[in-house]
Amino acid sequence: MSTLLEVSGVSVSFDGFKAINNLSFQIADAELRAVIGPNGAGKTTFMDIITGKTKPDEGRVMYGDKGESLLKMSASKIAQAGVGRKFQRPTVFEDQSVFDNLMMALKKTRGPLAVLFFKPSQEDVDKVTDLAEQIGLSGALHRKSGELSHGQKQWLEIGMLLAQDPRLLLVDEPAAGMTPAEREHTTDILREAAKTRAVVVVEHDMEFVRRLNCKVTVLHEGSVLAEGSLDHVTKNEQVIEVYLGR
Amino acid sequence: MTEAALPRRQPFAMRFPSVMVFLAILALFTVGVTILSEGFGIGVISTSFVKTLGKTLCLCLVALAMDLVWGYCGILSLGHMAFFGLGGYAIGMWLMYARTEIIVLESLAAAPLPPTPEEVTNGIATQIFGVVGASEFPPIWAFAHSLPLQLAAVVIVPGLLALVFGWLAFRSRVTGVYLSILTQAMTLALSLHLFQNDSGLRGNNGLSGLQNLPGLSDVPQSIVSMWFFWGSALALALGYLLCTWVVSGKFGSVIRAIRDDEARVRFLGYPVEAFKLVIFTLTAVIAGIAGALYYPQAGIINPAEIAPIASIYLAVWVAIGGRGRLYGAVIGAAFVSLLSTWFTGGQAPDINLGFYTISWVDWWTVLLGLSFVAVTLFAPKGIGGLVDILIDRKSPNRHGADLGPDQGALREQEADK
Repeated sequence: MSTLLEVSGVSVSFDGFKAINNLSFQIADAELRAVIGPNGAGKTTFMDIITGKTKPDEGRVMYGDKGESLLKMSASKIAQAGVGRKFQRPTVFEDQSVFDNLMMALKKTRGPLAVLFFKPSQEDVDKVTDLAEQIGLSGALHRKSGELSHGQKQWLEIGMLLAQDPRLLLVDEPAAGMTPAEREHTTDILREAAKTRAVVVVEHDMEFVRRLNCKVTVLHEGSVLAEGSLDHVTKNEQVIEVYLGR
Repeated sequence: MTEAALPRRQPFAMRFPSVMVFLAILALFTVGVTILSEGFGIGVISTSFVKTLGKTLCLCLVALAMDLVWGYCGILSLGHMAFFGLGGYAIGMWLMYARTEIIVLESLAAAPLPPTPEEVTNGIATQIFGVVGASEFPPIWAFAHSLPLQLAAVVIVPGLLALVFGWLAFRSRVTGVYLSILTQAMTLALSLHLFQNDSGLRGNNGLSGLQNLPGLSDVPQSIVSMWFFWGSALALALGYLLCTWVVSGKFGSVIRAIRDDEARVRFLGYPVEAFKLVIFTLTAVIAGIAGALYYPQAGIINPAEIAPIASIYLAVWVAIGGRGRLYGAVIGAAFVSLLSTWFTGGQAPDINLGFYTISWVDWWTVLLGLSFVAVTLFAPKGIGGLVDILIDRKSPNRHGADLGPDQGALREQEADK
């Protein structure tokens, strides 16, 4: 397995506060990884840096087979290069139907003129229908996404990410506000997705992480505290202190 | 699977019943006015009122443009009447040049020697620019002799200005109220520039006599007014179809998404700025065409027409009509501008309160302002919302949450289920 994303020595500070401090991180193709850490550990900032929302003060972010630097690319370029992101709060386009949301996310040329003259082929429609099935929203295809329940919106957003067909999927607290049954379904979707691409899941909830059954990276105060299987990191003294101590 | 494919396979008319209703009403209206007109019918409607109606259709067209840029894409441009005015100026230059040329040639025909081309040009320039104390054509009149070139300018000049302005503004991520202020500054700067006598467009005199078509002085205004009326109706119909096409497909999806949550669209990989630029420029071109049809009916254009307030009115029309739905913009523009004509034309009876007489000519703007505030606060869907009541379409209850985090996002009450 080759390395898909390599973050090395990245630091960023906001008004003197070091949100990320000399962070290094690697993920391979088709790998599922959970990133955990207490509040303020820099999990969201870490995603902001990869997706181009925040520019780091120093460090490198290399991506893809050719090892391109993501730091020079705009947010939309990074997305086009195959990095998809799911935000903490579900952000779907509420005024539009589930179908339109998925169709918009479907991997296609993104230029304005190409979009203006775009006509969905039967194949595109089928893809959208399949995705809807995968995320359990087949019955809601023509409903406005604003009407969906919180959990359904989270799924829709994951579905939109899958529609983008990214090589790297960044998922921020996918299980927040979900019922236990919904959580289970979410783990299935993520594990399925990680078979063909790299998936990074940021999560608070240890139970959820356990169910993902994957390598875990623990962040603390902007750098990596421990890495390994969940059992391995939970035995780590420092991790116990950060999570339980003080 | 068939369920998903179905809505895409229906013919245009089936997918957009509101378009068919709109076109039918517009056609009926056009036929009705023709029958009642002085030029082609029984003469119930005066020629000046035909012109008012024709102008109203042009205002509806520019309101469509405004709805596209604001109601659908969330860019509250308060400068679109500048593009409207530029379209008017572009066509006005040819109208004025060509007509003056005929007059000058007639007056020189009596001279013993045939006039040289230079004499003719100087004669025209003196005629046109006498009022601002100049007698030479400024460079911007270089193409005024040619109708095709000036017609091209109707599209190119507003389009180019919008392209450059939009590129600069959107590239720097200027959004929300700052963008509105910037567009106000643009239209103000343009109008102040044109107010100067040496702007090359006759300063505050503007261009006049535009109602007279060169070479067609024998055709009475009752006929000419109908030509323009039909032209305006056709332009509105085509504009409506174009706008429907733009907002219906995936492009419409993307610009509505930009309106509600711009950052999210960026993370989907869409170049948001490029989309905004396309919409901004396209609507500027539509506004330019509307202006080019409007001013020959108005007969005169001067820099006051592109004062900042004009663009604010445009936003008010769209808000009152109901933004984010094309027919809303048309209803708003038609309703408010016709009502405005009625009130400010002195037809509305003054109200005598004993101690004070409310004269509508003065108080109309106050009434308009209050209705704007009232619509914004109590009926965000505007007049178009009445349609929702008729066809029993309800708004979702989103517990006070708007549809997206952006300033231009639809408000809860504006959305439909």
